[in-house]
Amino acid sequence: MSAQAPPRTDLLLQIADDELVLGWRNSEWTGIAPFLEEDVAFSSIAQNEIGHARALYEIVARELGTDADAVAFDRSPDEYRAAPFVELQLVPDWAATIARHWLYETADSIRVAALKDGDDAEVAALAAKIEREEAYHLMHAQMWAERLSAEPRFQEAVERLWPYAVTLLDERLRPDLADRAGRELPSNTVLLERGNHDDSWPSLWEEMTMVRRTAPGAKW
Amino acid sequence: MVTPKLTERQVWDALAEVPDPEIPVISLVELGVVKDVRVDGDRVHVEFTPTFMGCPALEYMRAGMEDAVRALGAEPHVEVVMDDSWSTDKITPAGRAKLREAGFAPPTPREAGKPTLLQLTSGVHKCPYCGATDTRLDNMFGPTPCRSIRYCNACRQPFEQFKTI
Repeated sequence: MSAQAPPRTDLLLQIADDELVLGWRNSEWTGIAPFLEEDVAFSSIAQNEIGHARALYEIVARELGTDADAVAFDRSPDEYRAAPFVELQLVPDWAATIARHWLYETADSIRVAALKDGDDAEVAALAAKIEREEAYHLMHAQMWAERLSAEPRFQEAVERLWPYAVTLLDERLRPDLADRAGRELPSNTVLLERGNHDDSWPSLWEEMTMVRRTAPGAKW
Repeated sequence: MVTPKLTERQVWDALAEVPDPEIPVISLVELGVVKDVRVDGDRVHVEFTPTFMGCPALEYMRAGMEDAVRALGAEPHVEVVMDDSWSTDKITPAGRAKLREAGFAPPTPREAGKPTLLQLTSGVHKCPYCGATDTRLDNMFGPTPCRSIRYCNACRQPFEQFKTI
């Protein structure tokens, strides 16, 4: 469906899919984070991200005449618009997880601020609400990035993930991300852009959609 | 026999009896999530804005309000409005007092702009148990999306602090 989707629908799907998939990946830390506080933090952040995805899917669902669960879980793997960046399975690498968390939340804050200031009143109102919740994610990410900033493993992870991270944003917002991350824009991101998928995506899709495929139409 | 017309006041009063599903000491009206009530014949339109968007209690809140409206003999139409109109400042003074009595520190006032780390770490946060302000942030995140965990250095009691959003 996304190939023919109008620009507004496609943009909302991109963001919703990013939030759903990242929420799923973040939830993989539930129970196994380095300490209890981070179990709670990553679980709570995952829950918020999936909540944001749901609100965005609801707008898309209304346009498509279906419901949010159908948009979230009834598409084939190649129809998802998430960036490969959020698909990467990083557990149990804490340094890489914090690198992605910091890059994602920084990029997301730029994207959400742009939506809030945009012409689409419905999306702007939603973005204003999302921004208040995301502020906590960004604070958490910055706090951790600062704590790990001198660690070689963290630095290497940022280096490796940086070309992926820029693909979250459309071209005009990327320089702002480069400024905030204190890095140069990467020269070639063709294979990392949306439309590509990480090798781990099919198995994540299998897992995410399993209940839905096993019991179509189930309500809970 | 003519049934007396249902008033908006009656609907508000009924909704004021619907407890928050996760913190039942406080009602949905005290929590400030009910935005608007309109009575149109035997249909009642309720607008509400959830606290956090990923809040799993959302559907329970909706069901609780629908039941309360049906108990008045009217047909409920509950609309979820996802915008920035709810903030923790909407919790009523009575609601804040009830939170404190139940061991939850009510949210600090919303400031202009987004919440900052500075407010969380250095703002005045009072222990709901002993009233001391010598408390520290233990975890920005807590058991539900709306709460952080703090620790009171005076009475050595961890407590849940409502996040300001």
